[in-house]
Amino acid sequence: MIEVSGLTKYYGNFKAIEDVSFTVQRGEILGFLGPNGAGKTTTMRILTGYMPATAGVCRVGGLDVFEQPVAVKRQIGYLPENVPLYPEFTVFEYLQFVARIKGVPKADQPAVLERIIGRCGLESVRHRLIAQLSKGYRQRVGLAQALVHDPAVIVLDEPTIGLDPAQIREVRELIKGLGRDHTIILSSHILPEVSQVCDRVVIINKGRIVAEDTPENLTVSAAGQATLLCRVGGDEATVQALFAAEGLPGPGAVQREDGGLWRVTVPLDDPGRPPQLARRIVEAGLELHELTPSRATLEDVFLELITDEHRETPVETEAAPADPAPESPAPEEAGQ
Amino acid sequence: MKNTIHLFVKELKSYFFSPIAYVTLTLFLLISGFVFYLIFSDLVRETAMGMGYQAVNVPQMVVRYYFGWLSTVLLFLVPLITMGVYAEEKKKGTYELLFTSPLTNLQIILGKFLANLAFGLILFAGSALVMVPLFLSEPPDLIPLLVGYLGLVLFMAAVLSLGNFLSSLTENQIIAAILTFVLVLLLWFMNVFTQSGTEGVSGVLAYLSPLRHLEDFQKGVLDLAHGVYFLSVTVFGVFLTYRSLESLRWRG
Repeated sequence: MIEVSGLTKYYGNFKAIEDVSFTVQRGEILGFLGPNGAGKTTTMRILTGYMPATAGVCRVGGLDVFEQPVAVKRQIGYLPENVPLYPEFTVFEYLQFVARIKGVPKADQPAVLERIIGRCGLESVRHRLIAQLSKGYRQRVGLAQALVHDPAVIVLDEPTIGLDPAQIREVRELIKGLGRDHTIILSSHILPEVSQVCDRVVIINKGRIVAEDTPENLTVSAAGQATLLCRVGGDEATVQALFAAEGLPGPGAVQREDGGLWRVTVPLDDPGRPPQLARRIVEAGLELHELTPSRATLEDVFLELITDEHRETPVETEAAPADPAPESPAPEEAGQ
Repeated sequence: MKNTIHLFVKELKSYFFSPIAYVTLTLFLLISGFVFYLIFSDLVRETAMGMGYQAVNVPQMVVRYYFGWLSTVLLFLVPLITMGVYAEEKKKGTYELLFTSPLTNLQIILGKFLANLAFGLILFAGSALVMVPLFLSEPPDLIPLLVGYLGLVLFMAAVLSLGNFLSSLTENQIIAAILTFVLVLLLWFMNVFTQSGTEGVSGVLAYLSPLRHLEDFQKGVLDLAHGVYFLSVTVFGVFLTYRSLESLRWRG
């Protein structure tokens, strides 16, 4: 449905993206992941025909975005990062205008508008001025705007930004529902969002694609790093002896905590390890306080890839180096 | 065509949903009403004192002077009308909506420009109200009146089109307004400083001055050359706006 190959964009001398290539199948939800300034928005803007690329080809439904912009734009719904709203209009008037310029036939407009207002939960504010809406509602109006002409391809730039946890969940459900018969590209720097919603993830950093796979495969490939955290109480010699007998980390790995407990982190390379270790600890007469397996999350993969990139490219003339963890990945902190 | 109409409707709505339309209308009606009163009372007094106007049709003279003033007042209101046309879209980010909708640049430009012009026509309609008393006494000839208004419409189209271009250069309404105001001042000075000569530089300036081209219309004379001048400036402004939007998209 979407084919992007060799996409490169310069802003003056600044290279925003370089040789970005990926494809998205019909009905697939693709997550676009990367720190701020990685080139997510640039790629989306080229894809939606907002601006042309310096080099490379972008096809949507077999049509070249640059050659046949109007035909392509008819098939795309786009929610930019800054929701494009006219504050002096009411929600209904705004959506009506969008429906018109997106080419929804006049006869279908009333039904289409009713459906979209219902779907995005805007009934209660349909006659309110957009200027008076809260951030959450504005974001929903933006989503409604992108969906109003029932496009085959939906491009969402940070769709859940500024929403409260309940709304984020609603929007995610909405997007998952849409994924059944639409092709969706979604950008985010919120990792749980991507791993929950998307079928496939493209990780982009400094304008280049650094990884592309399903969320599961990406985390599995980093599974070697899964670890098991043990916190036990007892005398040091017994603890040391126990872990040494298990063939586990050397003496330095056992650390004393403030509360008098011992903390050891061991690699989790065998799924039978936690119960086995628990039994040994109890049999040795030690107190088992905590035994936590920590699996690599998409977040670890992401951070690893991003920091690798930093090492590979030590000299960059960029003004500000991209921050690997731009915002807390916990969506729950995003307030209304 | 349809898309142009959708944008036209949206743009006009935007005017009347914001204070701009009312501020502009009020200013214009106040000033034009006051000017009309001054011209009218002046002429009446002079006629009464027998200062050589007995032979002329007073309403006819009133209309002619009134048009002269109207064009100047309008000129200075143009920045208010055009400043937000593109600058506001850029600032709100609604550029992204327009540019990613199945619209062509030309449809966007024409829709906006025609909405500007329609707003200009609404102003004219307001200015025509003060003429009602004239028709109650001794009606002025209708043809010169209509020619005068035609001139004003063409004149507005030309200046608005240039104002639209200036608005497309920036995302700051105030800067757009100042740029347009400077342009308007230039056009006005061009008229004032070329009153005397028609030779050399002042001749060229006089030819370029839109207020000069308006004079014949105000006298009720319909001359194709002036019409062509105004239409050329209008098309030129639309062309510049088109280029400006394209360049914006290429630069990203």
